[in-house]
Amino acid sequence: MFTKSDWTDQKIEVIIANLLRAGVTLAAMVVFTGGVIFLMRHGKEPAGYHVFTGEPSNLRNWRGIVHAAFALRARGIIQLGLLMLIATPVARVAFSVFAFVLERDWLYVGVASFVLLVLFYSLLGSAM
Amino acid sequence: MSNLEFTILVGLGSFMAGFLGALTGLGGGVVLVPLLALVFKVDIRYAVGASLVSVIATSSGAAVAYLKDGFSNIRIGMFLEVATTVGALFGAFLATKVSTSAIGAVFGIVLIYSGYLSSRTPVDPPPGEQPDPLATRLGMNGVYPSLSGPKSYFVHRVPLGFGLMFGAGGLSGLLGIGSGAVKVLAMDHAMGIPFKVSTTTSNFMIGVTAAASAGVYLSRGYVDPGLAMPVMLGVLAGSLSGARVLARTKTKQLRWVFGAVIVALGVEMIYGAFTGKL
Repeated sequence: MFTKSDWTDQKIEVIIANLLRAGVTLAAMVVFTGGVIFLMRHGKEPAGYHVFTGEPSNLRNWRGIVHAAFALRARGIIQLGLLMLIATPVARVAFSVFAFVLERDWLYVGVASFVLLVLFYSLLGSAM
Repeated sequence: MSNLEFTILVGLGSFMAGFLGALTGLGGGVVLVPLLALVFKVDIRYAVGASLVSVIATSSGAAVAYLKDGFSNIRIGMFLEVATTVGALFGAFLATKVSTSAIGAVFGIVLIYSGYLSSRTPVDPPPGEQPDPLATRLGMNGVYPSLSGPKSYFVHRVPLGFGLMFGAGGLSGLLGIGSGAVKVLAMDHAMGIPFKVSTTTSNFMIGVTAAASAGVYLSRGYVDPGLAMPVMLGVLAGSLSGARVLARTKTKQLRWVFGAVIVALGVEMIYGAFTGKL
């Protein structure tokens, strides 16, 4: 038999899955737009990924990326789309914390919050 | 090669990787890095960064498709994510410390192992007698729909599964792959979770695990927009079409072929690592 909590879990999963699809669609559209601009401006330049130089510092943190994207720099727009993409699983975990609070499952509120903290540490701590 | 030609070729290659990955259930990420590194001569650090981003796209994009099965267990997934995210952070930091040939060699071993896994037919573990008391306390035991009505399952050996998940997260962070194969192994072999439940829960975990290392990769400058753009769009389009075709194809032979390709790429990666070509 399905218990009440299974049913709630299922309903939450539906919301989360649609949220994720919307996030990925939006991110893909931003990446695509940036890609078209990038190829229009730099399509004929030679591609060079053989030697690792690392990205310029403004494309390594979210402030710089947002700044570059709003200045309509093609690589900045793509990077913004990628940042949005990375944010989708984070939103998923944040929503799960909220859902476990609704279910009053405090053990899993704690578990999901810990996962969320690790993600924030990675994204904000290192890419600030 | 100009940026335009490079984008088209890499986009097509990524589409194929995503398509075959979804069709065989092996994931596209595992062939992406060798494709970029061996065929397109991309530095392995850029390749790993682009692959990791595309792994997030496929995992999040496929969530709706998996949902229809109604098999995933959010509690198992969330609890094990504690291990995979911490492991992924550790792996990503390790990736910035070790040499590219070491990464290539580890990658080769993982490829050969994944190829071996693809030759096995998944068998559901026999219904366990005693659930792990820890699993019961964590509310992990669940029910999944089967042909003969809802079937309940118990979760076993939680500590072993948790440890394996730490390793899966570490590999994901080090190599920029979803390590779905290791995740399924931990869940269906170690913890005795039914195959359908472990694959869907694994997809749920892959995106979160990859996001944990993506921050580190981004801040170290491994994520190049010009490269990640065709890779991410190609893999996403490929895996979505692969999932659509999946319902009406026989995948057994395809799994064999794709498995053989993966093993060959693994050998090539190890060879490249030892001859200093990576």
